[in-house]
Amino acid sequence: MTTKVKAAIIGSGNIGTDLLYKALRSEIIEPVWMVGIDPQSEGLRRAKALGLKTTAEGVKGMEPHIAEDKVQIAWDATSAYVHESNNALVKKHGVRMVDLTPAAIGPFCVPPVNLREMVGRSEQNVNMVTCGGQATIPMVAAVSRVQPVEYGEIIATVSSKSAGPGTRKNIDEFTRTTARGVEVVGGAKRGKAIIIINPAEPPLIMRDTIHCLTERAPRQEEIIESARQMIAEVQKYVPGYTLKNGPVFDGNRVSFYMEVEGLGDFLPKYAGNLDIMTAAGLRTAELIAEEIQRAEAA
Amino acid sequence: MNLQGKKVTLHDMSLRDGMHPQRHQLTPEQMIEVATALDEAGVPLIEVTHGDGLGGASVNYGFPAASDEAYLRAVVPKMTRAKISALLIPGIGTVDHLRMAHDCGVETIRVATHCTEADVSEQHIGLGAKMEMDTVGFLMMAHMIGPEELLEQAKLMQGYGANCLYITDSAGFMLPDDVTARVSLFREKLDADVEVGFHGHHNMHMGIANSLAAIEAGAARIDGSVAGMGAGAGNTPLESFVAVLHRMGVDTGVDMWKLMDIAEEIVYPLMTHKVRVDRDSLTLGYAGVYSSFLLHAKRAAEKYGLKSTDILVELGRMKTVGGQEDMIEDVALDMKKAGTAE
Repeated sequence: MTTKVKAAIIGSGNIGTDLLYKALRSEIIEPVWMVGIDPQSEGLRRAKALGLKTTAEGVKGMEPHIAEDKVQIAWDATSAYVHESNNALVKKHGVRMVDLTPAAIGPFCVPPVNLREMVGRSEQNVNMVTCGGQATIPMVAAVSRVQPVEYGEIIATVSSKSAGPGTRKNIDEFTRTTARGVEVVGGAKRGKAIIIINPAEPPLIMRDTIHCLTERAPRQEEIIESARQMIAEVQKYVPGYTLKNGPVFDGNRVSFYMEVEGLGDFLPKYAGNLDIMTAAGLRTAELIAEEIQRAEAA
Repeated sequence: MNLQGKKVTLHDMSLRDGMHPQRHQLTPEQMIEVATALDEAGVPLIEVTHGDGLGGASVNYGFPAASDEAYLRAVVPKMTRAKISALLIPGIGTVDHLRMAHDCGVETIRVATHCTEADVSEQHIGLGAKMEMDTVGFLMMAHMIGPEELLEQAKLMQGYGANCLYITDSAGFMLPDDVTARVSLFREKLDADVEVGFHGHHNMHMGIANSLAAIEAGAARIDGSVAGMGAGAGNTPLESFVAVLHRMGVDTGVDMWKLMDIAEEIVYPLMTHKVRVDRDSLTLGYAGVYSSFLLHAKRAAEKYGLKSTDILVELGRMKTVGGQEDMIEDVALDMKKAGTAE
């Protein structure tokens, strides 16, 4: 039997911790390191209790152990500001990076749309766009694979409690990176992204609206079928990904009203925005791990 | 109420908030006509952008007749005394838009967030202050939290570099005591050199009363709109407000008669939607709903055979915030489904 591919989680916050719980269930990946910067971090304490090695010295604290602990994959769940230096440190040791920050130094990966082609290219660094991107780009792609999309626009509404300090400090990264993802991965000629943070209590479940303007009259039946298949693909790793209303066809406008409920591993269920990110990050890493195993077996 | 001798800076909203009732279709030529007349009347500050601020052009909010840049490049050079401001809502617009506006000659940037989410504005307020712009923090839907909580958010914006903090009654929900409580606390607890402002909506006919309460409590800037042209039942109607202020001995520096002429001869004739306190806009105020939802709700009601007031009340019950226009069709579809099921 093949041994699991060893992986490190950089970032001991909510995202890193949720990812840890999901990764512990993986049949192909074994999380062995959790990297933080705060010795008081709850996330590090929890990771240690679950048997991982931990450091509060950032990636530098793990670096001397990368080779001996056979770390081959890392997730970065910190922030766009520090991603580049984190990546540089692990890259020296041939570690493949799945970037959950909006830094976007590597190509975008939205699993149901382009994961296979991404992995086949053995990219050292792949970027998971943004939570809003993971939740909406599949639907833009569902339309653009039927017919050309002139313009794609997404509105992601997340609960206040699920919007972390990283997102808040650099909200422009979210809108820019997501809009680019709508174009590059979603296939819209022009992309636009809007994020709304809502403080209502109890917290609202992540909502996403996707508007596509098609070049010619929308081919309704084909779009409905394409969307159905795409939603089923996303549901494989985020079961709470649901079409609440739509598609609405109004002239050349095609609109989907989605709700994203998380699995509730570590993060609460309403934080579907974070769940879809960690689930997509794990899904991506698992495909990289399969590739690594194949290469080692050969 | 004694406001004798108080000074106040009036800020016209007709070419930004007024874009909502016009479905963002004002042309650069119309903007020039209104702005030059306001400039001539002595209005010191005029806001020009898409109704939802810089970068608001979208399916969600509506595509405007021209780009923000085209509007600004048209209007700014025509001003003799008035300064032009722009609105920026983080999550919709970015610092790139802010740089563009600055490059167009915009001197005042107003960075708007929902009242509890001030920490998304750090980048934008920081850059505005760094570029030495008049940088304003604009706390929307300010009725949704109490004065103390609102002050905490204002202090964050002050810390990022804002030199003026606004209490923004986006839903036109507040009554004068609500305004007094918030403005006086801001005035007492914010730095002395930081100004306090109030932005009202006329949904409950309280625009003028609330703005007077704000001045009494220490506000130095008040938003209004010539002919009241703004979202919902509009903003505080500027010409009426100036008339009241002049009777009360407040120095505005604005020519009231000219303002009346602008309302009568330029703005009323160009209005495509009658901005007034009607059933829907009154519902906005009563239920505490974001004013720019008005026309979107009317359209959804018509399309799905529902009553617009029902949609608005439901949006209020769901505690929607500014920018959630996409909820309107979603809610309408839910209501239609529920109606069919019955």
